[in-house]
Amino acid sequence: MSTTVLVRRPLLGRLRGGFLAHGRLFQVCLVLLVAFVVVALFAPWLAPQDPTVGDFADTMAGPGAAHLLGTDQGGHDTFSALLVGTRTSLLGPLCVVAFSSAAGIGVGLFSGWRGGWVDAVIGRVLDILFAFPSLLLAILAVALFGKGLGGPVLAMAIAYMPYTARLVRGLTAQERTRPYVSAYLVQGHAPVFVAVRRLLPNLGPTVLAQSTVNFGYALLDLAALSFLGLGVQPPTPDWGAMINQAQAAVLQGQPLSAVVPAVAVVLVVVAFNVVGEQLGDRLARRDAR
Amino acid sequence: MTALLEVSHLRKTYGATTAVDGVSFSLPPGGALGLVGESGSGKTTTARMLVGLERPDSGTIRVLGEAPAATLRGRTARLARAKAVQMVFQDPYLSLDGRLTVGSTLDGVLRLHGCHDRATRASRVRELLAQVGLGEREAAALPRHLSGGQRQRAAIARALAVEPAVLVLDEAVSALDVSVQAQVLNVLTDIRREAGIGLVFVSHDLAVVRYVCDEALVLLRGRPVEHRPIADLLDDPGHPYTRLLLDSVPRPGWDPETIARRRREVHLAGQGDRFLREL
Amino acid sequence: MTLLEIDALTVELPGAARPVLDAVTLRLAAGEVVGLVGESGSGKSVTARSALGLLPARARVTGRVLVEGRDLVGADAARLREVRTGVASMVFQDPRAGINPVRRIGDFLTEPLRLTKGWSRREAEARALELLAAVGLPDPPRHLRQYPHQLSGGMLQRVMIAGALAGEPRLLLCDEPTTALDVSTQAEILALLGGLQRARGLGMLLITHDIELAAASCDRVYVMYAGRIVEQAPAAELFGSPRHPYTRGLLGSTPPLTGPLERLRPVPGAPMSLAESAPGCAFAARCTFAEPGRCDHSAPELLPLTAAPDRSAACFRVAELPNPAVTEARP
Repeated sequence: MSTTVLVRRPLLGRLRGGFLAHGRLFQVCLVLLVAFVVVALFAPWLAPQDPTVGDFADTMAGPGAAHLLGTDQGGHDTFSALLVGTRTSLLGPLCVVAFSSAAGIGVGLFSGWRGGWVDAVIGRVLDILFAFPSLLLAILAVALFGKGLGGPVLAMAIAYMPYTARLVRGLTAQERTRPYVSAYLVQGHAPVFVAVRRLLPNLGPTVLAQSTVNFGYALLDLAALSFLGLGVQPPTPDWGAMINQAQAAVLQGQPLSAVVPAVAVVLVVVAFNVVGEQLGDRLARRDAR
Repeated sequence: MTALLEVSHLRKTYGATTAVDGVSFSLPPGGALGLVGESGSGKTTTARMLVGLERPDSGTIRVLGEAPAATLRGRTARLARAKAVQMVFQDPYLSLDGRLTVGSTLDGVLRLHGCHDRATRASRVRELLAQVGLGEREAAALPRHLSGGQRQRAAIARALAVEPAVLVLDEAVSALDVSVQAQVLNVLTDIRREAGIGLVFVSHDLAVVRYVCDEALVLLRGRPVEHRPIADLLDDPGHPYTRLLLDSVPRPGWDPETIARRRREVHLAGQGDRFLREL
Repeated sequence: MTLLEIDALTVELPGAARPVLDAVTLRLAAGEVVGLVGESGSGKSVTARSALGLLPARARVTGRVLVEGRDLVGADAARLREVRTGVASMVFQDPRAGINPVRRIGDFLTEPLRLTKGWSRREAEARALELLAAVGLPDPPRHLRQYPHQLSGGMLQRVMIAGALAGEPRLLLCDEPTTALDVSTQAEILALLGGLQRARGLGMLLITHDIELAAASCDRVYVMYAGRIVEQAPAAELFGSPRHPYTRGLLGSTPPLTGPLERLRPVPGAPMSLAESAPGCAFAARCTFAEPGRCDHSAPELLPLTAAPDRSAACFRVAELPNPAVTEARP
């Protein structure tokens, strides 16, 4: 009866069923995400070398004792860059998700609760926002605010907002008709109190699942932006920027400094997707009962 | 003596359909009125208008001689409205907040209505739950760990916590198992006797209405067709529709064929309206 | 040969504390109307579904379900199909849930005939018109082209009954056929079912939570509680002089429409869920007559009453209990 449907891009939807059905993959991905977060928190202490300082005597080195995963053409230690790069690579999407979820919850709750023409207008505006590819919006922001993390994060927060807003709007409209909400109103509670303090917490888990999926996509988009040279600027380590800088090395037959951050991006995005979708599926099962 | 509830000429339409039209009644202190009808009779819409969940297109609702504020912008107006009329909903599985224990739900209602002392609230919660036959264990439980009957009693306690003048019950026992329904019916009759609360009891079940109420108002497609003391109404139904409803209740020696024929006759005699013609 | 014979049917679900059905034994002869009364979780729907071989997939099943002599427990697909298409069929509680809302009434009725019997569209449609007329719908050719949302609940339930009759069944299982409908519609649907049952000599199993409805429309009634049959009696006698404490409790819980208005005597507690179990009689915990050390020790069997061999009850104390003041059949 309840329709807890997450907005998904088709990218990883196909992978579901079969081997994804096992709870183990969910656990593995969860552990992986926790590991990445721990690395991000303690990166400066974990990294064996300073990734911003290049060792020009030892460029494009292979894996070895001195450099665990070799160096790029600037002599930066790939392993250290990977570890420290975790910070910016996760911080960007975190900001995107935080802003987009907060705004999406606000807009969705207001729209779904009010209903009527207000809801119709907001719905149309969200549809228009949906039409803009997030990456395009981010590039526009770069053109306006200059390179760096700030502009793209803001732009992407706006681009991701409709995903959460639409979900929250639908759930709120559905939840609002439930007798427990009517009961709160009949008791004399203020509508704002009922909507924010009583109705919203019941949507929490579903919104969390959507935000988790969004996180993975935001990371992918921001990495792409950095790869294009529009996002995080060197020497600040970042996975997308690392792949960009490794282009010369790839051409010279030393792909490791590009492959390592690329694998990290893929792992994190897949892990976030799996965790988010499984959370969504678990909620759907709970609703069905 | 002022009537608890004075309702006159309520009307509510949704687009082209008229949900309620011309419903008037008055409820004396401690009185109990049954709103009887089948689906589409407007009984639930009437109940929702009484508690302010729907706004009537026209007509007035007075509680203890005063009309509650039409809009509920301010806190005072909202609380006054809540004190006037409370409601118990049909489905006990959906009408309690699943995240809060029964005790904290009641505690929240008491706090909202100006009881600021924690200890007073705690003892009042115990009192309210005892009134509906629930104890400490149920107070500490989440709704999903309670049976349907226990939930509905908790919902009644929640409505009583506001100390309303009138309690509206919208099919409040029809989702319950028979053996449990009787427990809740007894709770209701006790409350009525002890607290002197007025009851508006919305139901399709004439036998249950007879047990709880003094008077019944029969609705057909939003219009009142008969409003009399329930005993008279059951002894000698005046309107063919009331008679049809009464005959439709299964009992030994019951002959569904006669009822089906009577229903067609009601239609042929032109006394039934579109509702009867549908089948 | 008995039309439906359920013999010691036990159904256990993994994770449940008690069996869904516990040694259920039930008989239904051709032309007989039998009621199956119980509250939520009593197992009455599971019992009815077993007569179509519809049992929960992960259930452990023992006992026998014989439909015209064919055992459906562990039966292969061919035998199940034989029974479902030609011997037994079912009418469900909510007619809207049982019909595809985007297909026409005509498709709903003709498709099974064309698929299972290989009839042509013309033959199937002719039969569908007959069926719609048989269930008393006013304008069969028009209804054939209508969609479910264009019909009221009562009319749609008639369509469902027409669908159940399509295979010329001899056993009609009705699972709360009027619970989702209005009171006055209920009478019409029961009048229709009663008429069809008599005209076609159907055996009918009526599942309901409403003991008065069962008493009013059945020949014989079984009362179920927590997966067990606790009492079996001719309908009129069950209503006038219930013997099992649970049946007495049910009747004492139902407010009367006429006669003196006394305070109801509800059964304390709530029906037993699948997460609970009892070593003895499942009703002992709620029973005012329960004898500690006996009733909560082992489960009583369903045995014929010595005073009335056509009745049976599953209660150790049934012979010792005061005979209930024979409630006059209410007018």
